[in-house]
Amino acid sequence: MPDFTMPALGADMETGKVVEWRVKPGDTIRSGDVVAVVETHKGAIDVECFLDGVISDLVPLGVDLPVGAVLARVGGPEVTRTAVERARISPAARSRALELGLPLDSLHSANANGIVTLADVESAAAPRPKASFDPALMRQAIAAAMGRSKREIPHYYLSSTVDFGAAQAWLDDWNLAHEPIDRLLPAVLLLKATAVALTKVPQLNGFYENGAYKPASAIHLGWAVALRGGGLVAPAIHDADHKTLPELMGALRDLVQRARAGGLRSSELSDPTITVTSLGDRGAESVLGVIYPPQVAIVGFGRVVQRPWVVDAQVVQRPIVTVSLAADHRVSDGHVGGQLLAAIDSALQRPDGL
Amino acid sequence: MTPEPTSTVRMSYREACRQAIREALHSDPRSFVMGEDVGKYGGCYAVTKGLLEEFGPQRIIDVPLAENGFTGIGVGAAVAGLRPIVEIMTCNFSLLALDQIMNNAATLSHMSGGQFAVPLVIRMATGGGRQLAAQHSHSLEGWYAHIPGLKVLTPATVEDARHMLAAALADPNPVLLFEHIVLYNAEGDLDPAVTAVDIVHAKVRRQGRDVSLITYGNSLPKCLTAADRLATDGIDAEVIDLRVLRPLDMATVTASVARTHRAVIVDEGWKSGSLSAEIAARLAEDALYELDAPVRRICSREVPVPYAMHLEEATLPSIEAIVTATQALVHPR
Repeated sequence: MPDFTMPALGADMETGKVVEWRVKPGDTIRSGDVVAVVETHKGAIDVECFLDGVISDLVPLGVDLPVGAVLARVGGPEVTRTAVERARISPAARSRALELGLPLDSLHSANANGIVTLADVESAAAPRPKASFDPALMRQAIAAAMGRSKREIPHYYLSSTVDFGAAQAWLDDWNLAHEPIDRLLPAVLLLKATAVALTKVPQLNGFYENGAYKPASAIHLGWAVALRGGGLVAPAIHDADHKTLPELMGALRDLVQRARAGGLRSSELSDPTITVTSLGDRGAESVLGVIYPPQVAIVGFGRVVQRPWVVDAQVVQRPIVTVSLAADHRVSDGHVGGQLLAAIDSALQRPDGL
Repeated sequence: MTPEPTSTVRMSYREACRQAIREALHSDPRSFVMGEDVGKYGGCYAVTKGLLEEFGPQRIIDVPLAENGFTGIGVGAAVAGLRPIVEIMTCNFSLLALDQIMNNAATLSHMSGGQFAVPLVIRMATGGGRQLAAQHSHSLEGWYAHIPGLKVLTPATVEDARHMLAAALADPNPVLLFEHIVLYNAEGDLDPAVTAVDIVHAKVRRQGRDVSLITYGNSLPKCLTAADRLATDGIDAEVIDLRVLRPLDMATVTASVARTHRAVIVDEGWKSGSLSAEIAARLAEDALYELDAPVRRICSREVPVPYAMHLEEATLPSIEAIVTATQALVHPR
């Protein structure tokens, strides 16, 4: 019987505490179902389980457990739910869910018979329990992770100054033609350019573990979000290279909101294959990042600034952005790092292709 | 003006029925009682005991064992302007009078274009639980609730036994009163301040949040006891006394289900084609989106009610069955 274990929600996490079970012993779960809420220094995280079967032997709530500790067992006959099978939801629960705008497939039964009732809908709609978020605790965790990074990872740093003119013009055109809700931020172009560049330079997209580099099989950009109470998280935007710009914008908005309000999923914390940080329009001109282990690189974007720039032997005013890279010298050399920056630059010069 | 201080009067359901009849005979000279053994014998269930002596043979009339005949006399007397109170010994025997009840009493007003009213009241004993076997123990009130033109009342409390008759007599249409044989010996407190009851509304006899127990007649005390037991299990049951089976007060029932979102119907009739089926169907039609669980029904086993005590007990709805079904509904396993 496979075990469902305490996930490592980042290199800095040593223990976690289950504060809520979203399933009951005997429930049938599908891979990807959110089964528990775990309290960490990053707040309350919805933890997914990537196993199929019947869950049992749930650990009690509120106990501090190390990463890797068994939280539950998953076994029994594998159940594949087909689209034909209709969810068993009571009429009252169905109509209440409709009223609250809750999608029916998001509902989970707390009853032994698996039927979703009113109480399940109300609890799904209830404000999620605010796990105590302690900025001091998060500061400690950041200190531990960054300390380890600087102790263990031989960083090298590169930076490149990139003409953001074409990207800015494209962005202005797009935003003029779209309603405010559909407008894009410069960050979306920077993210997509990075994702596209990583497809060409895969040596920087992966993990350094047990003395060796393992390239990742997908590009999940960890997007650094500053929290209002202080602190930082960098949850994943999954498969960023396959997302359109409007999709990336939606993902970004959703992620930032959930990072700040609580409700990040465990996979978002454990999946990033590289981190991207953008300082935004109030930030510094450049950033030399610290790698989040076991990742092997971090890409930083400074503030877009207006500067004199030489175009066709003429000095003209241009929006300029400084793109930097901190990378793990155990895995790559400056030559590879330079290729990545060049690829980002080149992608930003052809925003139509993003 | 301060109301006179009143104190409640303890009374049996049987005595309440008798007081209701006495009041009717005293207050309206057109009223009289007619039925088998109602006079000299004092009534099969002793409801009319002493009335022959008090009111004389013109108003307390013993009749032969001929239900269709004397019920027909009642219909004729009502059409002619009297206010007959016909007693049929048990509702099983009322089947012999079904032609008069359905084809005449329930139909005359309709067929005469409203020229004739039939202000007839028929009292009959119903239900099982006293070892009277398969020809004296059935609950047929649900059948009568099928028939347009009739009103069907099921007093379950001493108060309703005391006051429903007056409301029935005041109604210009035929009204059937089903008195449960187990309830005759039940005692209850009568509030002298209450001098009349309506024959329109169901009543919430116990308020609760978790489930509605919908019932009538002798199943009411069973439901109330079950609700007390459920309370110790943390289940807060509401108990609805239907009181009137035709026309059904579904507004009260659906309002309750809209609060509790669960319904258990307890009906001493057989389940197939029963009143409980009617209520379940109407909940499905009109309150489906209030239901958070399937409707459950506790009815009599679908056999003729047996004579042997343990078999009879096993046949009728029990408190245990109500508790178990309700627990399973509220906390499914």
